[in-house]
Amino acid sequence: MSVAFSEENLKEFNRLLTRYPDREAVILPSLHLVQQQFGNVSNEGIEYVAGLLGLSAARIEGVATFYTMYNRKAVGKYHVQICRNIACSLLGAEHLIDHVSGKLGVKPGQTTADGRFTLAKVECLGACGTAPVMMVNDDYYENLTAAKIDSILDGLK
Amino acid sequence: MELVLTTHFGNDQYRTIGTYQELGGYVALKKALGMTSDAIIDEVKKASLRGRGGAGFPAGIKWGFLPKNDRPRVLVINADEGEPGTFKDRLIMSRGPHLLIEGIAIAAFALNAHMSYIYIRGEFVKEANILNEAIDEAYAKGFLGKNILGSGFDLDLTVHRGAGAYVCGEETSLINSLEGKRGWPRLKPPFPAVVGAFGLPTIVNNVETLADVPWIITNGGEKFASLGSEKNGGTRLIGVSGWVEKPGVYELPCGTNLKDIIYKHCGGIKNGKALKAVIPGGSSTPVLRPEEIDVAYDIESMAKIGSASGSGGVIVIPEGTCMVRILGVLMNFYAHESCGQCTPCREGTGWFKTIVSRIENGKGKPGDIDLLLDLCDNMMGRTVCPLSEAAGMPVKSFLTKFRDEFEQHIRDQKCPYGNKFQSAHA
Repeated sequence: MSVAFSEENLKEFNRLLTRYPDREAVILPSLHLVQQQFGNVSNEGIEYVAGLLGLSAARIEGVATFYTMYNRKAVGKYHVQICRNIACSLLGAEHLIDHVSGKLGVKPGQTTADGRFTLAKVECLGACGTAPVMMVNDDYYENLTAAKIDSILDGLK
Repeated sequence: MELVLTTHFGNDQYRTIGTYQELGGYVALKKALGMTSDAIIDEVKKASLRGRGGAGFPAGIKWGFLPKNDRPRVLVINADEGEPGTFKDRLIMSRGPHLLIEGIAIAAFALNAHMSYIYIRGEFVKEANILNEAIDEAYAKGFLGKNILGSGFDLDLTVHRGAGAYVCGEETSLINSLEGKRGWPRLKPPFPAVVGAFGLPTIVNNVETLADVPWIITNGGEKFASLGSEKNGGTRLIGVSGWVEKPGVYELPCGTNLKDIIYKHCGGIKNGKALKAVIPGGSSTPVLRPEEIDVAYDIESMAKIGSASGSGGVIVIPEGTCMVRILGVLMNFYAHESCGQCTPCREGTGWFKTIVSRIENGKGKPGDIDLLLDLCDNMMGRTVCPLSEAAGMPVKSFLTKFRDEFEQHIRDQKCPYGNKFQSAHA
């Protein structure tokens, strides 16, 4: 798959170049744009950003692999990330992860055969007052119960 | 009770600039633009405003560390909010983004910084969007950009999203991440005030710290100081999570009694359970036993009992919870988040995780407790950044205050709680 920014993302990329005194600072935002447009940060995505910024692919890859949010591998249409940290665990996150794992038939880290869901256990999402919490793609879902998760996931097309 | 931040947070329109201005917003900025830099910094010093990110350093004094030269300066706002148990800055950014922007504009003017960046954790996509909308509004009204309100002062403000690394809450790691690097902390000195972002003198402040600034300029530093306790000016946003009846963010005067926070403000322990332990200031702060929580929640009082108010995240743990399992959850986290730069932390957090996990799973060995304590001594204070302390403090305090539980796990070769957390549903 060849990777190139949409017109809108190219415009945003060019705006970002004007906001920092150094081109390298645009690496993280560029990788976010790649992931937003293509769903993950592939080798092609890394080479594309390297070309745009005039940096080596190794320089970009070094950044992409440090940060957990950049998916180096493809994920499902819905990336279901359930917090397993302290406040969520105290209020039932372990049970919820098992529940979703059983419901989707995949273990954390795996994607369903139809490519719709990737399940992941993640560290603190910073919403401990409304634990348990999960993210599906960019959206937070809070005060979760097994029944609530069922209706959220069943409602996704 | 006087509130500094959350008075209008119940108003959905408060995040728009029109409503914010109707309710008195940006008046402090106008006032500040007519003051000298020294006068603004002096007011913040008088306020006894302590950094709200965790370390509690006096903000006015931090601002005074910038060298007296004509190099461009950078103001960076730490909105990484990664410490487990902490969720207060998210509230400010989603309910009162202009409070933060106004505080940034005032601080940048006082510091003579023309570049500013909000470094926000990558997961807060919605909050980043709210901030970007609010920033656009502020530019359109002339509160940001060139020649702010005719003062001749220019300021650009950009939202920079992180991408999932706890260590980037540490200011030098954050700066590296802002520069487009792996988030590895830097050796200090030089301190960021001298050599920070893009090699320029840089001040890094927490979201809540800067959001307090407009109130201080409007009402005066002394008034702010009088709201809190000695050396701890103002109110604090305290996030209470875990087993309380009413979890959430509470704005309370600095120095409010911790037991009152839990029992009066949050309605006590969920489902009428007894209290077993409190982690008082984010996951890295030393755990407290129930008999220790009758204490003023401020920096000095908490230090006196060997813990900290840290980032203002109070995690409440009820009777019937396995402390070994909790420590296991935390050690999983620190092992995952160690950036790998320093050997003692990279290896040590991995061993914390392995050893605590085997104790929980009934495979603990005699001597494991001493081994964990020995690891603490070999990690803490021996790394570039305090992540090794952040991991070591819970280990030490759990082992000191709940040692019998660890011993029981090792002796019986099983978890008395059946390797799970109790259900939260009564």
